Amino acid sequence: MSLWEYANPRKFMATTDRIVAPLAGVAALCLAVGLVWGVAFVPEAENFRDSVKIIYLHVPSAMMAINAWAMMLVASLIWLVRRHHVSALAAKAAAPVGAVMTLIALWTGAIWGQPMWGTWWEWDPRLTSFLILFLFYLGYMALWSSVENPDTAADLTSVLCLVGSVFALLSRYAVNFWNQGLHQGASLSLDRDENVADVYWVPLMVCIVGFVLLFVALVLIRTRTEIRLRRVSALELKERMA
Amino acid sequence: MIRLLVRDLKLAVRAGGGFGLALAFFLIVTVLVPFGVGPASELLGTIAPGILWIGALLACLLSLDRIFATDHEDGSLELLATAPLPLEALVAVKAAAHWLTTGLPLTLAAPALGVLLDFPAPAYGTLFLGLLLGTPALSMIGAFGAALTVGLKRGGLLLSLLVLPLYMPTLIFGAEAAGRAADGQGASTPLLLVTLITLGSLALLPFAGAAALRINLR
Repeated sequence: MSLWEYANPRKFMATTDRIVAPLAGVAALCLAVGLVWGVAFVPEAENFRDSVKIIYLHVPSAMMAINAWAMMLVASLIWLVRRHHVSALAAKAAAPVGAVMTLIALWTGAIWGQPMWGTWWEWDPRLTSFLILFLFYLGYMALWSSVENPDTAADLTSVLCLVGSVFALLSRYAVNFWNQGLHQGASLSLDRDENVADVYWVPLMVCIVGFVLLFVALVLIRTRTEIRLRRVSALELKERMA
Repeated sequence: MIRLLVRDLKLAVRAGGGFGLALAFFLIVTVLVPFGVGPASELLGTIAPGILWIGALLACLLSLDRIFATDHEDGSLELLATAPLPLEALVAVKAAAHWLTTGLPLTLAAPALGVLLDFPAPAYGTLFLGLLLGTPALSMIGAFGAALTVGLKRGGLLLSLLVLPLYMPTLIFGAEAAGRAADGQGASTPLLLVTLITLGSLALLPFAGAAALRINLR
């Protein structure tokens, strides 16, 4: 039993067929519990009033926006090294999900920033680097859709993903240099005992778990669609040859 | 390698639009800006470093798709790929030729255009140095982007979408250096960082570009 077994599309389809529905169910449950808890049953924070509740969408989506790119990077590397088609298709499937997560993070941030900072948008390093990340997602998806041969497209997008990762990281620190930030620093980290007061922290964790599961479920569903599309085009090709 | 460089330079000059077009574009962008924002000299002086850098960047972008596309169309790219010269060197030489025909003239012209934008005179040296150090990175990143999109029919627009986000760190540090110098501050940190990006790009991107070319020529 090794991880690479799932590089076989048939094995991948059979396994994911069983786990996608429960995964999506748990994700929906976590999100429902976390969001309702966070929005309806959490006390208003000092200085922030109701606006604190938007962190239950903002923080998890921002985390997933970055992690989705990291996942695409790993999947691209696996494709380049081991030539597993499922891996390339998973990277392709993750890109729009990651782009939407980035958009959600930017959008909720703007909604929060309007009453709190008094502006929808500020050229703050974090905000700017997220916008740049969004542009990277757009470029990646555009390259996928404009190359006809699927293997060539997978190769080219993988190379772009590798180079893009380096430059996205570079941009992240470059914008730090370029402008002082308005955004608060990281509030969550693993090496601290208490990050934020537990009343806020517990529902936030539920939401984060929900977002992670949602992302995994969406990527699996989209990957399955891509595999089916690949099969359909193979069948069509066979029909035309016959 | 040198022969290839000379060939590319000759092609660029003889086909017209090598030196001339990018420079003219740079000039026009710079001339358009005062029409857009008004002729107040203190405002122009403030935004001049950004305008000059963005103008140089766009002028660079214009000629990127020709780095490999023309060679790909007439088949000489395949011949070059089968030549004993490694593809990595080919990408580096192509980027160098692109820089000599666009980046270098742009750098030389930038101080002259700075006069039009009321760029403070003592900062010319930093602006010039920043462009001199930064434009090779633009050419190298552009050559990588061109290698990615060489086989595509409508590659031009896609190329800009792919390359412009990659240009951001260079632009940030380059414009910052010129801006700091214009304010009379020391600009050595952003200049060093621009150099870092250029050297890093020159060291690594030929390999990425060659990989992309191999995929496209397969």
